[in-house]
Amino acid sequence: MTTTDLKHKLDIKKIQLDFPILSREVRNNRKLIYLDSAATSQKPQVVIEAQNNFYETINSGVHRGAYYLAELATDAHEKAREIISGFINIKPDQLIFTKNATESLNLLSYSFLNATMKAKNGIAMDKRLILNPGDEILVTELEHHANLVPWQELCLKTGAVLRWIPITDQGILDYSKMGSLISNKTKVISVSHMSNVLGSITDIETVSKAAKSVGAFFFIDACQSVPHMPVDFNNLGADAIAWSGHKMLGPLGIGLLGATEELLSIMPPFISGGSMIETVSMEKSTFSKAPRKFEAGTPPAAEAVGLGAAVEYLQNIGMGNVHSHERHLTKLLLDGLKQIDGVTIYGPTDDRDRGSTVSFALDGLHPHDVGQVLDDMGIAVRVGNHCARPIMDKLKVQSTTRASTYIYNDDSDIKALIDGIEEVFRFFGRK
Amino acid sequence: MQLSNMYQEVILDHYKSPRGKGLKEPFGGEAHHVNPTCGDEITVRVQLSKDGKTIEKLSYDSTGCSISQASASIMFEQVDGKKIDEFNQSSDEFLAMMQSKGNFEPNEDLLGDGVSMIGVAQYPARIKCALLSWMAAKDAIIRANGEK
Repeated sequence: MTTTDLKHKLDIKKIQLDFPILSREVRNNRKLIYLDSAATSQKPQVVIEAQNNFYETINSGVHRGAYYLAELATDAHEKAREIISGFINIKPDQLIFTKNATESLNLLSYSFLNATMKAKNGIAMDKRLILNPGDEILVTELEHHANLVPWQELCLKTGAVLRWIPITDQGILDYSKMGSLISNKTKVISVSHMSNVLGSITDIETVSKAAKSVGAFFFIDACQSVPHMPVDFNNLGADAIAWSGHKMLGPLGIGLLGATEELLSIMPPFISGGSMIETVSMEKSTFSKAPRKFEAGTPPAAEAVGLGAAVEYLQNIGMGNVHSHERHLTKLLLDGLKQIDGVTIYGPTDDRDRGSTVSFALDGLHPHDVGQVLDDMGIAVRVGNHCARPIMDKLKVQSTTRASTYIYNDDSDIKALIDGIEEVFRFFGRK
Repeated sequence: MQLSNMYQEVILDHYKSPRGKGLKEPFGGEAHHVNPTCGDEITVRVQLSKDGKTIEKLSYDSTGCSISQASASIMFEQVDGKKIDEFNQSSDEFLAMMQSKGNFEPNEDLLGDGVSMIGVAQYPARIKCALLSWMAAKDAIIRANGEK
């Protein structure tokens, strides 16, 4: 791509007006410059209104009650499922609403535990879900804790062994090591699509092929990719994909799991209770088909409706446009950081094949102090280990400062950050 | 800039030239505390007197932000060689100051340079940084007494 291609056509000033929070002042009456969308995105007015509208006009229990409001609420909930599933090109019944992406990934990992335990008690389970001691689960060294700890836990309970694809010093997966890590023992491969720390993008095709070659399930943590680039589930070669609503302009409290119909049919329920059953007696129960099988209890319907509005908002902009706008910002940010003496960028330093999440360090300064001075100027960045401690160990740092963008960020935000970093150095003095 | 309320000169001075940093032998109790959100870490060792009432030697090693580093250095200056009762009074005063949101008249006899940390109390995300060394020291003392 040339630089001219990177010129985006979006009217960012107009988009910014859709986000009420961007007009508020923060510390020292400074304008908010929000560069922490990888943690959570801001919400446009249409999303806030869609959620409010649910409560103001149709609030009632979905999938229960035969009265007028309950029908409207159920319709709105299922309409949201249709919109959101369409966003990654799957059928509505392939989309499960959860609390967040962490729960979606736990749903997957617990399926193996539950199937393994039920099988031990003589209940028929698909044998691909049954883990035996010595079976292997493969993740990567750049996972968010959400796609690491549930698999560690699963291994502790089943005797399976956790393996991981290492990252290079540049923060890129070392695919050359993959061959020796995958064998017939590998039952699950679960990888992040885009690193929430380094912005590096995983070569999904390579991993997918490897998973297929040994008949392992292939799962993707897509929290950082689906909000920022066009993603078609059918092009991923994955069995399941987990992501969250709040990172893509939607409300907090709703996560998603998209999966193949086959996987959804063989996985036993995760959380059980009301709404997910067919018949219940005191002795036993039978379960609904997906998606209901995995949606026990009263669902977060207003959040689903809000997320549906978020997806429509993104579709109006076009995910291709979102992606190219963010590439433009990433290039600006990387170029700006490279110009400053004493700044180290972690992860890929080229805007190609990376997302807009950029981690960096200022020589001799702790990220907490960097973030504090930036905050004084109204700039919100994330500091810490970003729920990905193993990457910190690999980079031999305690923590990093991370800036991440979205469609409401413009060139002036990046400039403010770059100027802000210079100010941090002025404040503390260079090493 | 309001920031200078938090980063007072005396804090930056302790950060840049920490007092008493480096672990010492012998020690009767040791505690390692971590702030999981930012990765700040500190190890504090204490050697108590035979009657268990005095901190004969306090030593520490730490990595982290300016606030956590300065706080450890200030704490060392204030409590090394003091009676445990005095440590507790200082520690309680420091905790109260940190929880005050800045509405506090700190007692300089108890806190020494620690009074300069009052600005930190206005930044909830940083209170843990300031408290890390004090909490670790408290634990180290409990352990030293427990192992007697």
